[in-house]
Amino acid sequence: MEVLRIATAGSVDDGKSTLIGRLLYETNSITTDRLEAIHKASQRKGIDFVDLSLLTDGLIAEREQGITIDVAHIYFQTPKRKFIIADSPGHVEYTRNMITGASHAEVSVILVDARLGILDQTHRHYYIAHLLRIPNVIVCVNKMDLIGYEEEKFRAIEKQFTEFANQIKAADQYIQFIPISSLYGENITKRSEKINWYKGPALLEVLESLDASPKESKARSRFPVQYIIRPRTEEFHDFRGYAGRVASGQFITGDSVTILPSMRTTTIDKIYQYDQVIAHADTRQSVVITLKDDVDVSRGDMIVKTGEEPEQKKELDADICWLNNEPMTGTKTYLMQTGTSLTKAKIASVEYVKIPSTLEQLPATALKMNEIARVKIKTAKGVASDTYKENPSNGSFILIDEYSNNTVAVGFLN
Amino acid sequence: MSSNKKEFPRALEDEAIYILREAAAQFERPAILFSGGKDSITLVRLAQKAFYPGKIPFPLLHVDTGHNFPETIVFRDWLVEKTGVDLVVGYVQDDIDAKRVAEEKGKFASRNTLQTVTLLRMIEEQKFDACIGGARRDEEKARAKERIFSVRDEFGQWDAKNQRPELFEFLNGRIKPGENVRVFPISNWTELDVWNYIKEEELDIPSIYFTHERDVIIRDGVLWPISDFIYRDADEEIIKKKVRFRTVGDMSCTAALASEADSLETIIDEIISATLSERGTRLDDKRAEAAMEIRKVSGYF
Repeated sequence: MEVLRIATAGSVDDGKSTLIGRLLYETNSITTDRLEAIHKASQRKGIDFVDLSLLTDGLIAEREQGITIDVAHIYFQTPKRKFIIADSPGHVEYTRNMITGASHAEVSVILVDARLGILDQTHRHYYIAHLLRIPNVIVCVNKMDLIGYEEEKFRAIEKQFTEFANQIKAADQYIQFIPISSLYGENITKRSEKINWYKGPALLEVLESLDASPKESKARSRFPVQYIIRPRTEEFHDFRGYAGRVASGQFITGDSVTILPSMRTTTIDKIYQYDQVIAHADTRQSVVITLKDDVDVSRGDMIVKTGEEPEQKKELDADICWLNNEPMTGTKTYLMQTGTSLTKAKIASVEYVKIPSTLEQLPATALKMNEIARVKIKTAKGVASDTYKENPSNGSFILIDEYSNNTVAVGFLN
Repeated sequence: MSSNKKEFPRALEDEAIYILREAAAQFERPAILFSGGKDSITLVRLAQKAFYPGKIPFPLLHVDTGHNFPETIVFRDWLVEKTGVDLVVGYVQDDIDAKRVAEEKGKFASRNTLQTVTLLRMIEEQKFDACIGGARRDEEKARAKERIFSVRDEFGQWDAKNQRPELFEFLNGRIKPGENVRVFPISNWTELDVWNYIKEEELDIPSIYFTHERDVIIRDGVLWPISDFIYRDADEEIIKKKVRFRTVGDMSCTAALASEADSLETIIDEIISATLSERGTRLDDKRAEAAMEIRKVSGYF
């Protein structure tokens, strides 16, 4: 069974929680006791309807303030697929949470209030889907019931959104629009009869049929080594296996491979999946690889197919989002992690800060939390990476503050 | 894409194995929190797979409240012998005897909250820098906010509002001395995923998950298993019922479920059609709306 990861973002009023609640409810994913619990909690708060946001706002502070602070993970399943929703808060001060939620997603669901049309927030949500190159974007124009299910307004929103998106949209990203009413369940799990001018599928139908295969499966083969397995038992006396998860591409027994950074070459002897020897390991599979020659391989090294070696660069161009309260300073050294490999790194320069809602580029020298910027990075060791565009799993990185140990930035290599 | 609710999504196993290997690589001394329940049994299986043909590179840590179902202890010892993994046990009774904690009193007394103190003591004594747990995000709303690598301070506290961001596959487990990390490899699994996995992997589980006849009392509409560890009013009548357990905690905080399910197949059918959530039988969660969050803040997993 396949798993599809969905990112949603939104604020309190755009009906996002109601939409998620509706998806759960209509796919029989909420049990009676959970519904009763939120019913009681709604009453205690003095509201006269069942507040479905109480399903997702799991923290005391969130319920007190009626806002979403952090990403919540919601699970539901239909006979076709398992779905994981990463539900993030939508305001500008939570840009970092939106990026976190979106970093795992194959599809981004953007909600637009039909009465209000395209807002700054809509631009920001789309910009993040663009930055992360999420292959599928579904724009749900919600609250259609409040505008009399009128086609004209829907088309106007569609047009306005498309105009904004077309300024930056990648050719391989697919955007579609669905008129919905989450309150009345129109076009959520089944096609709406009220919105008869819309001939497309309901939201759940789209989610069930989207292509969920990772982009990395078509990229060049990368295997970051996580852990070395050396049992030293009688049966496996000389066994030396390299454990990891295939980041991209595919590895086949007998493949000629190169170890990075040493550039030593050898051949894949066997691929293990637990106690089974398998012929090939595909993208995202966790396996153990053994090599024909006794070469030096440790955690942080990467096994790649010979002939597909990435360049090892010490000067990199990237877009980053600053995640930490403490601003970025150019004089400080950070740890940069790509795959399982770490190197010291400095931000050599900030080219510009991007304003997601207007696409403006402003000059800057420092970066504050939630800001997105184009930067140049210098590293101590050569980084064997690809561009994020070609291979997201080997083209993304994080920066870690060596003193606080916090993850302070996420980046996408150009 | 012909699949249904009775098939385990294998991508979740690859993810869990990846997380376990990150834990082994990044920490000096991790341990698997083992309760004898289905989730920790699943973790042991995943760890076997992650490090094969090597042995599991961490011990099991069992926090023993002294109020266990006897069947779980029998099962634990059998599993330890079968897999050859090391077992470390921390006893809540030791903390009670040393007056670090006091036994709760009254009708609803449970040792559930006391075990946090024992867990933190074991982490300190054994110098564990990471504890791998079987908690899942779908279980409970505070757990839905949890990271895969959850950094805890010296007092084991969870700072829910200030969690380390987790992007893509990156798991940053760097900590300062005294801090520790809780690692949750099956974060993205649901209860159904766990059962489908147990079925497909043919894992053994304690007998109390299957239907059996047991003495219970009905209190507030909930079936409480009779044991030496729960208080019973004189007017509460003991009845015999066909029950099973959906989660396994202490005998004093785990309610039974009237059920005829006697096989993994029937358990899975029961869960697919259930109207009660998994932790609906956990009396420890029913104490307050935010009972789980409050316990997590004070060091629970």
